[in-house]
Amino acid sequence: MSADFLQFLFSGITVGATYALVGLGFSIIYNASHVINFAQGEFVMLGGMATVFFYGAGLPMPLAMAMAVAMTIFIGMALEKFAVEPAKGASIVTLIIITIGASIFLRGLAEVLWGRNFHSLPPISGSDPINIGGALVLPQSLWVVGGTIVIVITLAWFFNRTMTGKAMVASASNPLAARLVGINLKFILLLSFALSAMLGSIAGILIAPISLAYPGVGIMLGLKGFCAAILGGMGNPMGAVLAGLIVGISEALTAGYISSAYKDAVAFIIILAVLFLRPNGLFSTGGTERV
Amino acid sequence: MSPLNMPGRNGLLALIATIMVLPLMLPNAFYFDIVILIGLNSIVCIGLNLLIGYAGQISLGHAGFFGIGAYFSAILTSTYGWPATAAMVVGAVVVGLLSFIIARPIMKLQGHYLAMGTLGLGVIITIVLTQESDLTGGPDGMPVPGFSIFGWEPYGETVWYWIIAAVLVATVWLSLNLIASPVGRALRAVHGSEIAAETLGVNVVKYKVLVFVLSAIIASLAGSLFAHYTGFITPDTSGFIHSIQLVTMVVLGGMASTFGAVAGAAILTILPQLLTVFHDYEHLVFGAVLIGTMIFMRRGLVPTLADLFNGRQK
Repeated sequence: MSADFLQFLFSGITVGATYALVGLGFSIIYNASHVINFAQGEFVMLGGMATVFFYGAGLPMPLAMAMAVAMTIFIGMALEKFAVEPAKGASIVTLIIITIGASIFLRGLAEVLWGRNFHSLPPISGSDPINIGGALVLPQSLWVVGGTIVIVITLAWFFNRTMTGKAMVASASNPLAARLVGINLKFILLLSFALSAMLGSIAGILIAPISLAYPGVGIMLGLKGFCAAILGGMGNPMGAVLAGLIVGISEALTAGYISSAYKDAVAFIIILAVLFLRPNGLFSTGGTERV
Repeated sequence: MSPLNMPGRNGLLALIATIMVLPLMLPNAFYFDIVILIGLNSIVCIGLNLLIGYAGQISLGHAGFFGIGAYFSAILTSTYGWPATAAMVVGAVVVGLLSFIIARPIMKLQGHYLAMGTLGLGVIITIVLTQESDLTGGPDGMPVPGFSIFGWEPYGETVWYWIIAAVLVATVWLSLNLIASPVGRALRAVHGSEIAAETLGVNVVKYKVLVFVLSAIIASLAGSLFAHYTGFITPDTSGFIHSIQLVTMVVLGGMASTFGAVAGAAILTILPQLLTVFHDYEHLVFGAVLIGTMIFMRRGLVPTLADLFNGRQK
């Protein structure tokens, strides 16, 4: 393999890991509520921005990160409590607009709290690139990829091995039956927003040293994460992770070999192509409509 | 049906009366400017409402069609010296063809997949308009020459006011008639249940394609007018944010209500102007208003108010 290719591959995996985390967040909320949370990208933004400012306020880095995650989780739960829950039973379009309203609100909140400027966050372990097979990799990229792997494995364990996780899976597949066996659906809904906010904020913290932190950083990330979630088959968390990586790598290869100008279009071209061929997503088994 | 006996006649007459009286109450060009923008947004939203409110199909990419119309007008008139009307028609034809080609695969999608498909389409259009900077001037945008029709070159806010007003009334009239026609009934059947509509012999795909193309062409024409009126356009006119604003106008005003689309366009065009008073808090307040309205008036402003009004009459 040429060094060029490896270089593109590594940068693709790094961005792809972020898309994967955002897509995972979309999937988890979708499973619990059938809501597409367009504020998912804003969780990423909040994670990065809040860390920058807690760190700037003199907190040690690990504490600043923890505070940022906690704050985003709190905001995610508030979003569920005050914006999504009151709109229970509303149409898809209405719910989409509510979460879009929430994303504008959160961007506004960040602007009020921290201003509209770009901020950088120091990388976790230095900025001397590592040479792997002729390609240069930033240590921060390893943190992004490593962090994503840890999160995905933890989540898989959570959904398959813990009672709460299994309850989430159960209520996604049949809410009524889940309620009948005593699962508290309201709690599951709240938990799903908390989990998604956590995933988003961690992605935001990990990527901030590479992508910078500013109020608008979540828009594109959110849309591409949505691409990943749809590509993976909505509500299929592991599909979203795989699709996130596919999107990230295709983007990096396009930028490297074809045209960097059209790199941002790649995710959307893939998604249109896939939707036209398989209207229910790449890894979905399909289904029938109820009349 | 005689034109004076059409459904929504009272609303249409009220709209015309408002348009007649409004210039007397607008103190200066700034207010005319806002009203003209309301008119342009209303035109797009009436078309989009046919798609979202009647056919029940969401589009998160309609600003893309608006942007193509705007850029065709801009490029053909400024770079190639075409007459404005010809450029406008060509833009609309191109949008019509594009939306027709894309309509069949895209209208097969449901719910969130449809949202993603239309969103993706819009984002791709924006990226093309941004990147092809030789033609479009890139992210900084490009100037657009004034409008001209049969040698007449409208100039100034007052003249534009009447042009946009005339187009708006025509669009409302078209929309009201379409809704009352068999096409409108078919669309509502599709909205209710696609499978049920199909078993009753409604050609679901045909109607969805028809209304998608129609709403795209309306957006393109409004885009052309917008380009000539403002004299300068950027790729943002086709962007995701603009698409969202359009959908929000439709839903806020009230889905499946032609006048709701106008009301929604009016409110969301005026609101940001009012919010500039709050400076830094603009987005915060805007987002909160959006969430609040959607929670407390799920069906939108005009249907909710109409219910209140009718309830009181009983």
